[in-house]
Amino acid sequence: MALLDVNNLSVSFGGLRAVDDFSITIEKGELYGLIGPNGAGKTTVFNLLTGVYKPNEGVIKLDGEDITRKSTIEINHSGIARTFQNIRLFKQMSVIDNVKVGLSETFKYSALEGILHIGKYKSVEKKMDDEAMKLLKVFDLDKERDVLASNLPYGKQRKLEIARAMATSPKLLLLDEPAAGMNPNETAELMETIALVRREFDMTILLIEHDMKLVSGICEKLTVLNFGRVLKQGETKQVLADKEVIAAYLGQD
Amino acid sequence: MSFLTYLINGLSLGSIYAIIALGYTMVYGIAKMLNFAHGDFIMVGCYVIFTVSGALSGNSVVGIIVAIVLCTLLGITTEFIAYRPLRGAASPLAVLITAIGVSYLLENVALLIFGADIKSFTSVISWEGLSLAGGQLKIQGVTIVTIIISLVILLVLQLFINKTKQGQAMLAVAEDKGAATLMGINVNKTIMLTFAIGSALAAIAGALLCSAYPSLSPYTGAMPGIKAFVAAVLGGIGSIPGAMIGGLLLGIVEILSKTYISSQLSDAIVFGILVIVLLVKPTGILGKVIQEKV
Repeated sequence: MALLDVNNLSVSFGGLRAVDDFSITIEKGELYGLIGPNGAGKTTVFNLLTGVYKPNEGVIKLDGEDITRKSTIEINHSGIARTFQNIRLFKQMSVIDNVKVGLSETFKYSALEGILHIGKYKSVEKKMDDEAMKLLKVFDLDKERDVLASNLPYGKQRKLEIARAMATSPKLLLLDEPAAGMNPNETAELMETIALVRREFDMTILLIEHDMKLVSGICEKLTVLNFGRVLKQGETKQVLADKEVIAAYLGQD
Repeated sequence: MSFLTYLINGLSLGSIYAIIALGYTMVYGIAKMLNFAHGDFIMVGCYVIFTVSGALSGNSVVGIIVAIVLCTLLGITTEFIAYRPLRGAASPLAVLITAIGVSYLLENVALLIFGADIKSFTSVISWEGLSLAGGQLKIQGVTIVTIIISLVILLVLQLFINKTKQGQAMLAVAEDKGAATLMGINVNKTIMLTFAIGSALAAIAGALLCSAYPSLSPYTGAMPGIKAFVAAVLGGIGSIPGAMIGGLLLGIVEILSKTYISSQLSDAIVFGILVIVLLVKPTGILGKVIQEKV
């Protein structure tokens, strides 16, 4: 059974059909790319998958469970986590606290225990700290644990956003243009980080990207969106060699 | 020596403003709304203590506990019924007007139940206080207790916000509601907890306020509520240490201007200071400069 199974998803804003009859199937462990020209509806697809927008039509199934009408929080708890095109870290919080926010649904104690520092408070906070540090080590951010997120260099902010998403223990990770604004060195490091996430956590990843080097370098399969519709779907090499795809990107001659 | 007495009295009144301002500032910082009914939660707390203590022939400890519980429930209920449905409203004015409506509702329900006559409140603190420097410096028990309680509250609140997962969730919601939701944080639950804490603090502030100024009417909470709001803005709304500093400053200014300038002009001076501070530093003393998103 596929991990993510999306069928005939559509959404309109006013008269604009932003996503039209979108279908995708992602198997467990796959690294899947979603590409397309600006305004093709890629981020809208992410917002539909995470429940920020509700589709007019279509069904989204995660691991066999229908999550189409679920709220954003429920979808996160079901196992989809994401990062954002323009980084949305909690900038006024430290690196470790950003990750702990991601962990806070897994580890529980009551507000009263928290206020009075009694009961499970100490032991659970300790477990959260340990878990957060484990994650930060994987992403090589453990030395910056007490740095404010806003003071991290750009590349590390991207990494921290991925670490925070991983803290919610997802089944599927959505990365929205992770290489946006990066120089070639940072992009190369990001590709390593993504490979690391797959290796360490056996993670299924769907990513939106404009950087063709990154896409062709790491994605196994691609879906090309154009004007809200699927233009092409399949193995990366075949898709990138497709005439229609090249035309959509470079314009027809 | 008398200056010192006035200063300490100012600190005490300021501590009460600070506790109320904490409620304002937390709700504003996290839910991005001004709960103008906050002052009236104080009045409700006072009437609960008054009634319960009266029924139990002066046992104020039970009264205070009942008041904290009921005010917490009142805060949660108000948020759930009156504010939550308006959270997505097109204009932030909708919830502001509703808050003013809730304020009038509470005042008039109190008027209906308890009448307009002023009740004499028995102080919840029976301690006489200290007499220092050979009797020249007398400090009332309620003054000392108020200052200590407010410091304890500030400390506990700071630890709670910075060192617990619920507190971290509050900070996350305050900064980016959308991203917090996508990380699995329940925004409704977090805002509800904020209201619960703010309202519990209002009950405590009520007990201290009516112990220091023992006359209770349905409008008891209105003026302290507005002054605490001024204190929160003065300190930088959204900032917890800011609410504390703003509250203390306001209390001291109020008492000193009452003593040395004019008791009739003291409120004018207090609000005048607000105007001046906002002209010089619009975000308040500890307020952060808000960066406009491009």
